[in-house]
Amino acid sequence: MYPSDLKYTKDHEWIRVQGGDAAVGITDFAQRQLGDIVFVELPAVGRKVKQGEVFGTVESVKAVSELFSPMSGEVVAVNPDLATHPESINAKPHEAWMIRLRPSVPAEADGLLTADAYSNLVK
Amino acid sequence: MSSSSPAPLKKTPLNAKHRTSGARMVEFGGWDMPVEYSGITDEHLAVRTRGGLFDVSHMGQIELAGSGALAAVQWMTSNDASRLAIGQIQYSALMADAGGFIDDVLVYRQANDHFLLVVNAGNIMKDHEWIVAQARRHGDVSVVNSSSRYALIALQGPVAQEVLQQLTAIDLGAIKYYWFANGEVASVRAIVSRTGYTGEDGFEIFVPPAQAEKVWDAILQAGKTADVRPCGLGARDTLRLEAAMRLYGNDMDENTTVLEAGLGWIVGWKKDDFLGSARLREQKERGVARKLIAFEMRDRAIARHGYPVLQGDTPIGTVTSGTQTPFLKKAVGLAMVPAGLTALGTMFDIDVRGRRAKAEVVPEPFYKRAKPATS
Repeated sequence: MYPSDLKYTKDHEWIRVQGGDAAVGITDFAQRQLGDIVFVELPAVGRKVKQGEVFGTVESVKAVSELFSPMSGEVVAVNPDLATHPESINAKPHEAWMIRLRPSVPAEADGLLTADAYSNLVK
Repeated sequence: MSSSSPAPLKKTPLNAKHRTSGARMVEFGGWDMPVEYSGITDEHLAVRTRGGLFDVSHMGQIELAGSGALAAVQWMTSNDASRLAIGQIQYSALMADAGGFIDDVLVYRQANDHFLLVVNAGNIMKDHEWIVAQARRHGDVSVVNSSSRYALIALQGPVAQEVLQQLTAIDLGAIKYYWFANGEVASVRAIVSRTGYTGEDGFEIFVPPAQAEKVWDAILQAGKTADVRPCGLGARDTLRLEAAMRLYGNDMDENTTVLEAGLGWIVGWKKDDFLGSARLREQKERGVARKLIAFEMRDRAIARHGYPVLQGDTPIGTVTSGTQTPFLKKAVGLAMVPAGLTALGTMFDIDVRGRRAKAEVVPEPFYKRAKPATS
């Protein structure tokens, strides 16, 4: 269920570090809790975020939820498809990335949850 | 303040059915209710295009009977109940002294001297006490809280009639919108009314609690070919909002008058004085200072219950209901705003979690079904 090449937060975000940058999204557990996602608000490219800082919001029909950055870094891209197809987060939560970060403190990744640890958390 | 453990949640007769059918359950007004089955969007679209089945057994029923029943109903509700034929229903306000809502209700005329009020789940006890107190001055009226005698199941959507007709000898085509009939559904004694809270054609079916599961299953079975879906309160809320139907406690309460809620059409202006009527007549004469309006977002944002309406930096009103509606796919809502902002086309700002977003006053309802329920 939870891919082992991703790292996870207790706030239900995932991050995939590949080379110099990292994709960030929300977990399957998070999308199921939210229900049908209809709106995603993302930061401007170039914004610098700290680990744990709010970088956007995701809204379902019934609720609003804040998005917390798993790592510190600079936003280098936002997923343009989510403006028109926010429901892709429900369909493929671990592929529908929201932002790409260039991590400024790579060691932060070591403190994140592994797939196993996250699975246990939401079990 | 003393801390006390919360009362256990109340359960409808269909609670076990929801739990074993995979519904997601939430607390609503003290009840353990299904919020969604297959998902709010899926259920919402099912009702708009085919059919959906709702357990609304948490709603209450309060009956008034006796020679003074009509006078009592006339006194405590806003609409003119004397215009109701036996078998007819009207939407009305259970009035507070100052012109506000104790509750919003449906009034069913079961006999000349017998009325059944369908009330909101969270208001049953309050309404019952209020109705008993208000009925005292009208002579021979007995007031009974009969909520525990009924399970209430709503079948809503364009296929509602053809699906339900398979299960009943009642000629459903003969029941006009806001009328009801007595009979049987799936061999169970039932009141069937052509009403609902979705903006779609459909029926609400009152049955004895012990037979609720039988009726629920029979309707889903009969609706299988038409792909009727079980639905939760989440879709009920988005459906009612698309139809601009008010939700008590969100859109209005005891401090909102019937006119401020934009519901002048449920006031029987020609009838004798009734509870709160002086205030309503005064507001009709002089105009209201604030009013509930329908809006659509013009900036990309969703406004939700409680978000402030701004003029400059000053909050001057409040969003009372708001969502992104699944069928229209628009961010819409209802807001209480000052009289100067109520004209169609008026633009105003909403504080969306610290960000300013534009909204425009639009006609209501947002959604209206293509053709009337009955010809």
